[in-house]
Amino acid sequence: MSSGSAPARSAGRADVVLCPGGPMLLRGEHVVLDDDGQEHRTTRPVSAVCRCHRSASKPWCDGTHKLLPEKLRP
Amino acid sequence: MTRACERPVALREGRGVLTSADLTRRVGGDCCCQRCPAARRRTLPRRGGNRDPLTCRGGLPSPTDGYRFGVTALPKPRGRLSEGLLAGLSDLPVAAGDLDPASAESAEDAALALWVLHELSYRGFDDVDDGAERDPELHRLRCLLEDDLEQRLRERWPGPPDADLATDFFDWVGGHDGPSLARHVQTEASEEQVLDLLRIRSVYHLKEADPTSWVIPRLTAGPKAALVELLYDEYGAGDPGRLHHELFARGMEASGLRPEYGAYVDEAPAEVLEQNNALSAFGLQRRLRAAALGHLAAFEATSSLPSRRMAQGLGRLGFPSEMVAYYTEHVVADAVHEQVALRDVCVRLVAQEPALEPDVWFGAWACLDLEDHTARRLLTAWGVPA
Repeated sequence: MSSGSAPARSAGRADVVLCPGGPMLLRGEHVVLDDDGQEHRTTRPVSAVCRCHRSASKPWCDGTHKLLPEKLRP
Repeated sequence: MTRACERPVALREGRGVLTSADLTRRVGGDCCCQRCPAARRRTLPRRGGNRDPLTCRGGLPSPTDGYRFGVTALPKPRGRLSEGLLAGLSDLPVAAGDLDPASAESAEDAALALWVLHELSYRGFDDVDDGAERDPELHRLRCLLEDDLEQRLRERWPGPPDADLATDFFDWVGGHDGPSLARHVQTEASEEQVLDLLRIRSVYHLKEADPTSWVIPRLTAGPKAALVELLYDEYGAGDPGRLHHELFARGMEASGLRPEYGAYVDEAPAEVLEQNNALSAFGLQRRLRAAALGHLAAFEATSSLPSRRMAQGLGRLGFPSEMVAYYTEHVVADAVHEQVALRDVCVRLVAQEPALEPDVWFGAWACLDLEDHTARRLLTAWGVPA
């Protein structure tokens, strides 16, 4: 039976993932503070935070980074 | 209660070819339950013990109940093959050799037959015995039609690109140059054209993610856990009110369209049925699990930005907020899903089973190719250069 402690996290499964050229993935519940000091609570199992600063849905990624030249991507 | 009937006049009059003008004509007056054949079917007893007839609007379930009690009526046949199939469904078991794929009169006929056969494994039809799913002759026909579809796709497929799946996939998708329905909706489309599109898209959107869910038990731990993480969000993370196909049903109802599952199949051209058939064929065959997941990755990677355009176009035309919300949800959700689908599902799958990589690319290509065919068909019908 359970010893009461959580099982060890699997290799390759991180809570925060920086996607090359794309967003930062957040697993689980978080509160993100944006540039204007507004708080945004995550609402889904995994959330993608914009890193290219051009999303129209900030702080969340909306895929806009894919329209940028490679050198302007995160 | 009075309400305009949104069922196209041409269908109720039994004509086969619809125009945008037909699709926008409405019949006013009393509740359409008294008039149109589809509405009359709503009064038939349904499975699951719910025998309360649904009226057009007053009887629709609340969003938290879901639209699961909606009618799943058989479509109209489109040729000898689908006609024979529909006749067979009401007279089971089907005699061996009765249904020959070669008897299909057209791509529409064959595509509709395969769509009906696949539906036997989803929600079935109100007037068809649930045992039809395991009828040997129907299963044989399904296999033959699936093989034919796969063969036609593989013949068109240029083969896997010289690219790294993990690092080059999004650029490969981005380099695909096909006609865009979302771009047309964003800037040019009329209300009638958007209503056409929503009705046709409903064939898939009202069972969104379901075909991919068949794949779960065929995976090992890494890709399986990631796929379920993605699908959990598609299915509302435990909240039926946030489930994506429920969001679409709510948008349909708010737009004056029928939210019931399969309500507009008769309007779907062969290209749209083939999109649905390919998804089901990939999902239902373990052999094609990598194609199903490649399709998922390409689908998610071509969703965020087009969904933004769709939301802008719907806003431009004054569509209800519920319909706009379906697309704005996908802007953000699919920016997550595209990363998970590629990095955590497909790349992990290929790391464990390298021989499956070509099929990941095949499925991704099929997603883009089939959408191209649909876009060309619709844009051409609307007189827009494709």
